[in-house]
Amino acid sequence: MLRHRLNLKDGKIIRKIMEAGKENKLIVSVSPHIKSSESVDKIMWTVTATLLPTFVMGVYYFGPKAVIVTLLCIIGSLLSEYFVQKLAGKDISLKDGSAVLTGLLLGMNMPSTLPFYIPLLSSFVAVAITKQLFGGLGYNIFNPALMGRAFALITWPRAMTTWAEPIANFTGMDAKTTATPLGILKEQGLDKLLEVFGSKMHLYSELLLGHRAGSLGETSVIAILIGAAFLLLRGYITLRIPAAFLAAVAAGAWVFGGKQGIFTGDPLVHVLSGGLMLGAFYMATDYVTCPTTKKGQMLFGAGCGLLTILIRLKAGYPEGVMFSILIMNCFTPLIDRGFRTEVFGAKKKA
Amino acid sequence: MEMQSQQKSTNYWSLLLIGVFKENAIFRLAISLCPAIAVTTGLKTGTLMGIAVVFVTVMVNITVSAIRAFIHPKIRIPVFMLIISGWVTVADLSMAAFARDAYKQMGLYIQLIVAFASILTRAEVFASKRSVVPSFFDGIGSGIGFMFALICISFFRELLGKGALWGVDIIHAKPLLIMLLPTGGFIATGILMGFFNWIDIRFYGGKGAGGAGGH
Repeated sequence: MLRHRLNLKDGKIIRKIMEAGKENKLIVSVSPHIKSSESVDKIMWTVTATLLPTFVMGVYYFGPKAVIVTLLCIIGSLLSEYFVQKLAGKDISLKDGSAVLTGLLLGMNMPSTLPFYIPLLSSFVAVAITKQLFGGLGYNIFNPALMGRAFALITWPRAMTTWAEPIANFTGMDAKTTATPLGILKEQGLDKLLEVFGSKMHLYSELLLGHRAGSLGETSVIAILIGAAFLLLRGYITLRIPAAFLAAVAAGAWVFGGKQGIFTGDPLVHVLSGGLMLGAFYMATDYVTCPTTKKGQMLFGAGCGLLTILIRLKAGYPEGVMFSILIMNCFTPLIDRGFRTEVFGAKKKA
Repeated sequence: MEMQSQQKSTNYWSLLLIGVFKENAIFRLAISLCPAIAVTTGLKTGTLMGIAVVFVTVMVNITVSAIRAFIHPKIRIPVFMLIISGWVTVADLSMAAFARDAYKQMGLYIQLIVAFASILTRAEVFASKRSVVPSFFDGIGSGIGFMFALICISFFRELLGKGALWGVDIIHAKPLLIMLLPTGGFIATGILMGFFNWIDIRFYGGKGAGGAGGH
């Protein structure tokens, strides 16, 4: 595989080296020698841009408060990044977009009805403690945005689970509060959920469009899929983690989710609801905290999915995407060790 | 003659200070972190635990130092453990007798003093090699250092987690519930450890506790 890839490109490389040699500019350096035009800044800002449809849908459903919460998260992230880097005497790297992305993702993960200090403090935990204290971008063990949300959920459990009803207009500032579909599913079961949404098809379409209670950015599945499709086409993320994640959740819901025994559950409800789409495409695929090998990524995704469905069906919380990704983050180094690739040219151990 | 005794007393004083600051079990050596997180949800339990630890450390240091000539090197750790458990039993039973309410709250943790690395460390590193009086001061120093750390951690955890101090409600709100959970214990300990490292580096030209970590 590797040799094949090298063969395709080494013609070019050899020509380059020869050209450089003619001009006495032969540069000797360690690998990698093939540079691409991608950079951290570019990827971060692109991912941020692909979240715009999701953000717009969040504002559409939850009103101006959604903008405030998201802005507070972004401002908090930028300030935390700036202060920690200033204190530590590092270069200030606000321009690379990672703090903005973390803030935006954190905002997407929060309900719209929060007092101002919760987004600010959570983004401090996300950026200052989870990312910068572990060494900055590229060194964090856990996904910063999810860690910020976990902190908020544990610290202010009531505020973080008070969901505003999606209103889709800008007149009513204080919307009614209501339960999320998963909350209803957990407390009262599927029948109640169908009663609230009418028919099954209506339930699916409302889940797809995002007309339901939930965090700002998790409700509209279609908007998330548009952004994710762009990332997939650019090759910034691959389908391995999200596909394994969604498949594991669907399988788990189908096998264990039904009341009439095994293999009677409704996988679509579980796949479309909660923060699963946002988590699978934007959180679990974070470069820093997911495994690097193909098999490892599939295992990572499947593990996330199984833990998610386990928490949703059996544990105290109605939603488990956040905790499952954080738990699997812990296993990333282990998975990377387990699926270590063969070093090119190295001899196999007997 | 007078000079010598003066010199000796300054030695003891520095022994004590070393235990409290330079070799603080929690903030500098990073040992015995389990109790630092388990019992520090309230200032009261934290302080009582600290007192019990001071008592046990001092008594263990004195005992080990007094009988150090009779302990065979090969079985010294089991002997230390026996001495420690003896004194922990004394602390446990006296607390059960004289501080009933606090004892109910602390429960198992008093008995868990047996397993504190900081006490065994002092016995092994100091008391088994030195005479009784320096061992006494070393025990007081390291015990008070431990108590000081517990008080610092539990102060912030109770204030931020319960909005109270010593059981008395102060801010009439619970600002940061997470501080009461073990996670909050780790966060508070880590931040305080960083703070004391910073003081050491900034004002005393130290190198921080980075290289000195234990378990």
